[in-house]
Amino acid sequence: MIGASSIRKEGRAKVLGTACYTDDKLVPGALHGVTIRSQVPRGILRGIHFGEGIPWAEVTIVTAADIPGQNRVASVVHDQPFLVGIGEEITHMEQPVVLLAHPNRLLAERARNAVRLEVEELPAVLDIDASLELRPLIYGTANLLKEIRIAKGDPESVWATAAHVIEGEYRTGAQEQMYLEPNAMVASVERTDGVAHVTVWGSLQCPYYVHSALKQLFGLPAEQVRVVAMEMGGAFGGKEDYPSVNGGHAALLSWKAGLPVKLIYDREEDLACTTKRHPSRTRLRTAFDAEGHLLALTADFVLDGGAYATMSPVVLSRGAIHAAGVYRCPHVRIHARAAATNTPPPGAFRGFGAPQSLFALERHMDICAVKLGLDPVTLRRRNFLHTGDTMATGQIIREDLDLDGIMDRALAELGYHDKKAAHTVLNQEDSPLKRGVGFAVFMHGCGFTGGGEAYLASVAGVEGCPDGTVAVLAASTEMGQGKNTVFAQIVAETLKVPVEQVETAEVDTDRVPNSGPTVASRSTMMVGRILQDAASAFRQSLIQQGFLTEPYTPESFREAVRRAVAAHGSLRSYGQYHRPPNIQWDDATYQGDAYPTFSWACYAADVTVDLDTFEVKVEDFAAVQEVGRVVNPMLAEGQVEGGVAQGIGWGLWEEVTTRQGRMINNQMTNYIIPTSADLPRMKVVFLENPHPAGPGGAKGLGELPMDGPAPALVNALANALGPLRLDEVPMTPDRLLERCEEVTHG
Amino acid sequence: MAEPITLSLTVNGESRTLSVHPFARLLDLLREDLRLMGTKEGCGEGECGACSVLVNGQVVNSCLVPAVQVQGAEVVTVEGLAQGESLSSLQAAFLTYNGAQCGFCTPGMLVAATDLLRRCPTPDDGAIRDGLAGNLCRCTGYSKILDAVHAAAGEGEAAR
Repeated sequence: MIGASSIRKEGRAKVLGTACYTDDKLVPGALHGVTIRSQVPRGILRGIHFGEGIPWAEVTIVTAADIPGQNRVASVVHDQPFLVGIGEEITHMEQPVVLLAHPNRLLAERARNAVRLEVEELPAVLDIDASLELRPLIYGTANLLKEIRIAKGDPESVWATAAHVIEGEYRTGAQEQMYLEPNAMVASVERTDGVAHVTVWGSLQCPYYVHSALKQLFGLPAEQVRVVAMEMGGAFGGKEDYPSVNGGHAALLSWKAGLPVKLIYDREEDLACTTKRHPSRTRLRTAFDAEGHLLALTADFVLDGGAYATMSPVVLSRGAIHAAGVYRCPHVRIHARAAATNTPPPGAFRGFGAPQSLFALERHMDICAVKLGLDPVTLRRRNFLHTGDTMATGQIIREDLDLDGIMDRALAELGYHDKKAAHTVLNQEDSPLKRGVGFAVFMHGCGFTGGGEAYLASVAGVEGCPDGTVAVLAASTEMGQGKNTVFAQIVAETLKVPVEQVETAEVDTDRVPNSGPTVASRSTMMVGRILQDAASAFRQSLIQQGFLTEPYTPESFREAVRRAVAAHGSLRSYGQYHRPPNIQWDDATYQGDAYPTFSWACYAADVTVDLDTFEVKVEDFAAVQEVGRVVNPMLAEGQVEGGVAQGIGWGLWEEVTTRQGRMINNQMTNYIIPTSADLPRMKVVFLENPHPAGPGGAKGLGELPMDGPAPALVNALANALGPLRLDEVPMTPDRLLERCEEVTHG
Repeated sequence: MAEPITLSLTVNGESRTLSVHPFARLLDLLREDLRLMGTKEGCGEGECGACSVLVNGQVVNSCLVPAVQVQGAEVVTVEGLAQGESLSSLQAAFLTYNGAQCGFCTPGMLVAATDLLRRCPTPDDGAIRDGLAGNLCRCTGYSKILDAVHAAAGEGEAAR
């Protein structure tokens, strides 16, 4: 079962068009909710005015004054209000202030336009530089949402004597997740004998995050709050933290109206107000000896964290830990800061800080290679981590690690060396078309950072059903990545039954335990491993209670489950995460095992640049990775191909343009994601190396493919065009033109 | 409020007469009046193709088509592609080759691919890429969709 390309469990419903996404849910009598947002980046709310021409008595109106519990979104830091109240501070252009609901969608829209906010404006901070220079102070005592330092050795001891010291500054832009299904929520509050029950159905990655947020918002105990994950039309992190906000909003409207409410964002609203990838600025300083051995590395890594902390502390953490990349280095200092600005808060997006710091480092390594007079392949080979080496946090590589093999395979798949030679000849011709090849070598930590998994202490289980099948009980959600199928494969393998005998229970907090959020490339490795334990205990208990004898056939197993369920009424078995004794982490010093393990990869790109139009075409792309054992090769390939596409988009085209911190190209018409006509076929290779911590040897995969494409592409552009200032993504045609003109005009 | 208008059309082979808001879009008519929820709204401005349906055999973005324009027309949605329980060759291939991940673009993608194979029964990669360029997918990177369309085209060949 593990290792087979099983067919996607919910695939049939998806191709028939019967899969039920949030807005597809039939909710008789539902009101349509809308949100009124601030129109200034910073100020004090002085009044709310309801204009003429709207039958306001028919409209449900919710303001901060209506909130029954705490007006704070439960998150890493509880700093964000659900709604800004009169006299309180507005901190970004899209801040929710008033919620409205009406049975008629068109009337709700008209009412939205009739609300006017009276705001006393204050000066705003709109970028990283202004934030760090405290122009003005807007958050805490230093405009910092989080600050992290990682130290190994003493870089100061190296600079003076090193043969080469090379510095660089790199920037990355915001990126929109652009899941095809905009954020959507349905809420219903029912009161029986004075006791309120709040239920939210939605497009959300983390049911228990929303559950916590609702408990705090309404001041209710766990049993009076229920969250159900509907079929989800993509997420990529964009439905990790935001659903706690819009889920709360839908529930507030239903609480006030006494009727169910649908709160469905259209694309423009979704793009303007929901989370994005954090913009970043990274300053690197590296020292090498005469042979190109890396002696010291310092990184000043800054994220634009927006108006509230949201996920910034943990995004920053992952970015900081990945900043030293896949290289052995005795002296490292990493200083990481998430700077507060008056912009809609960024949040989780596939890669979670690692794409930003890895772009900087992998671009920097190519620039260093040029300065050292070395081939980028040779420079990397000279400095790769090997088994037994120590990373920046002091983590020792315990697994068999062969970065040379991964890199060589990627270069071979692309035909890197032959292409590079051929392009060099071709680029001497008098043609506007220039060709280049480039690559990046990188890693992605599997699961939560540091002590995160131990803190989560996730629980998952399996349950026998009356028909003899087995249901997977986990709060992990299906967003297209294949969780339903992969969990079924892991459980089926453990139970020694066909995958058809295992199904996924509806992800409903009334039914499934908290297996943690569906994030951080953790579902297959972390939750899958817990399920393996739970399934094993389930089988043992069937045997011990005499329902099952070994060896058994799938049919006799089914019969055993049927009889056990008939005898006991229900039959469940749970497992829980336990920290392996050899994994140690100290959050105070940022020392220890940052992750139980990493997935490793080398991605290589071949591009053509047209110097008439400055368009870049990706001609060929090779993605070679080591992700432990692959549970489902076809689904895994799909994850890599999709992640590479997203990475190509971030590297070349996807630009979030802002005015006063607000996205102004908030339409699919002018925020450009890759179409089928823009991408090549990709060569996807998995080099398998089973890891003992994962189920069947599996490691994490979901985010890894986002980390490599941008640096590989920009390195390829540098190979095509020579010494330009290629230090930023997206490298759009406009930006590329600018950089070429810098050289022409000096 | 504007007076509703009466429309007659054929949807997935069935004659329907209904009363709709004069400014309703074809997408609203399908989802709200006929409760055919397979057709999705991804952008509302004709960019993403998630709302693609066939009108008189041609692919359209149903979010851009006023309902009044489909008076007397034949409309086919994703719900009209299967024959009862039996998947169309494209639906079966999308399932087999992992052409659907989150599934939100899938209904529109299937409708557009159905039209493509009708116009061009054995397309190469380039023809498929051009034919589906109006349908955005954020999950797959399109390779598995190409595989599925090739497989369905091959099956179509074998069937003839």
